[in-house]
Amino acid sequence: MSTAAEERSARAPWVLTAPALMLFVGVLLIPLAMTVMLSFHDWGQYKGIEPVFILKNWREIATDPYYAEMFGRTFRIAILTTLLTAVLGAPEAYILNRMSGRWKSFFLLIILGPLLISVVARTLGWALLFGGNNGLVNKLLMSFGLIRSPIPFMFTETGMVVALAHVMMPFMVLSVWAALQRLDPQIENAALSLGARPMTIVRRIIMPQIMPGVLSGAIIVFSLSASAFATPAIIGGRRLKVAATLAYDEFLNTLDWPLGAAVATLLLAALVLIVVGSNALIERRYAEVFR
Amino acid sequence: MAYLELDRVAKQFGAQTVVDDFSLAVGKGEFISFLGPSGCGKTTTLQMIAGFLDPTRGVIRLEGKDLTAIHPARRGLGIVFQSYALFPHMTAAENVAFGLEMRKVARAERSERVRAALAMVGLAGYEDRHPRRMSGGQQQRVALARALVIKPSVLLLDEPLSNLDAKLREEMQIELRQIQRTIDTTTILVTHDQNEAMSLSDRIVVMSQGRIEQIATPQETYERPASAFVSQFLGKTNDFAATIDRTSAPARLVAGSWSAPAPAGLSGPVTVSIRPERIGFADAGLTAKIVTRIFQGNHWLFQCESECGPAIVIRQNDGQSQPVEGEAVRLAWRPEDMSVRGASA
Repeated sequence: MSTAAEERSARAPWVLTAPALMLFVGVLLIPLAMTVMLSFHDWGQYKGIEPVFILKNWREIATDPYYAEMFGRTFRIAILTTLLTAVLGAPEAYILNRMSGRWKSFFLLIILGPLLISVVARTLGWALLFGGNNGLVNKLLMSFGLIRSPIPFMFTETGMVVALAHVMMPFMVLSVWAALQRLDPQIENAALSLGARPMTIVRRIIMPQIMPGVLSGAIIVFSLSASAFATPAIIGGRRLKVAATLAYDEFLNTLDWPLGAAVATLLLAALVLIVVGSNALIERRYAEVFR
Repeated sequence: MAYLELDRVAKQFGAQTVVDDFSLAVGKGEFISFLGPSGCGKTTTLQMIAGFLDPTRGVIRLEGKDLTAIHPARRGLGIVFQSYALFPHMTAAENVAFGLEMRKVARAERSERVRAALAMVGLAGYEDRHPRRMSGGQQQRVALARALVIKPSVLLLDEPLSNLDAKLREEMQIELRQIQRTIDTTTILVTHDQNEAMSLSDRIVVMSQGRIEQIATPQETYERPASAFVSQFLGKTNDFAATIDRTSAPARLVAGSWSAPAPAGLSGPVTVSIRPERIGFADAGLTAKIVTRIFQGNHWLFQCESECGPAIVIRQNDGQSQPVEGEAVRLAWRPEDMSVRGASA
């Protein structure tokens, strides 16, 4: 009697999670496994995909410097975007947190703005600001004599970093903001009463406590930037490819699905390694703050 | 001359006056409590002394110097916050050392003073613990050590014991008082707990709605409350409506069937207030009936319905037989045990 009840209660979690689990397996795990398998298949211009097990695609990625350049660019852009969002986003969150009610919600909406706008409109908006000699920002900077020639934006890594940092900013700001919420509201007064000046308070008291927030924000921004497709596709076009656009082109233009699958798998594996690794590092380093 | 002086200090937030006309002179080494319900302005006053808020009007002086002109970081006051506000990323020793570091105290002297401060609050050996690994009472002690290690001119305590459980709170009260006596620091405690204020302070400032109701020693505030608010807020009390009878000579103060010679300078309807432990059962006096009788170990608590309204009586459990529920009794007290206020009060 009791064992039957126990058995039933032991089964209950499985039964309850089964629908979600099946969906998860069906639309994520199976396609993912198929993509990994695909990366070991052969492909030829006339013969198409051959379901055999070879390392051709992986060898090509490992030896051809073209792919090294692609992945180098991808992670360079992701790192610069992460740094830019951290440097701008952390102070932004701090200021936002100190604002009074109505202004706070207003500016929060502005910060979330990029997420509400279509990627095409947002990215082309940047292109309008910087684009060529007639771009507004370029014109302004040139008229002030700050720059001689317009800053190139379209088809440059600078352009990609700026546009990506813009859309990634909310993730950084919200992540730091969450860390700021955990701060004792009296902690700055405590430091003040002990004789600390404002800059010292920020450096010695605030920064160490919001660092976990900055780092978890950095993980989100980094992984989203490294796998971003739309923004690099619009700004970089066919000229300046990153891993995501490269995989897309292999799939849809060259039709070399196995090679595209290998690129996508490598990107995924690299990202998982970086994210899991840095997460473990952060949790160990900031054990006392997380507790 | 007073060591710390608040002269007609007021604080307004917009149209709302939170503290008004607050004047107080604190002697060196004195332990003062600001006592009142939440929202009475006691914390606001403390924050004005600390410098986190600027007074709208009035002056705060420390040893004759205008304190409001000094930046909060340079006031040299020690503060213990209700939430302790310890730095969670620093160890206990680093927390305590922070104030000394800001004062550029040499490393050797610093570690010596940190060790002494932690030993004083009974935390020797806990130097390398992080606050989140300590109990509430231990965090409280670190916060106290952190505030005291800088040898503050005034120690400000903002409800420091309210987050502790009752037993620990009692222990910390005794310890706090001992530490304060040893180092002889002028201390201001903000609290809503009348027992805490009474057991710790030299003088109590009772506040209500931004104003001072009474400044006096604990015993005086309890026995000679200056207003109805003070007598209600500090412990239980009985308020009876009474009249001054001038038809007889000399005039008498009459409350129901109880009467006594009237005090000078009062007339018309008045309120008399008597502490429950000062009322006794007698042969003559206010007629009453016992509604409930509660045994509380060392004393009995009686709730009575008297001819002047409900009354509470506390009697020591001294082995004598006590009246039972439903019994008719007469309540009496000595005239010197009551305080009489005019009808307006």
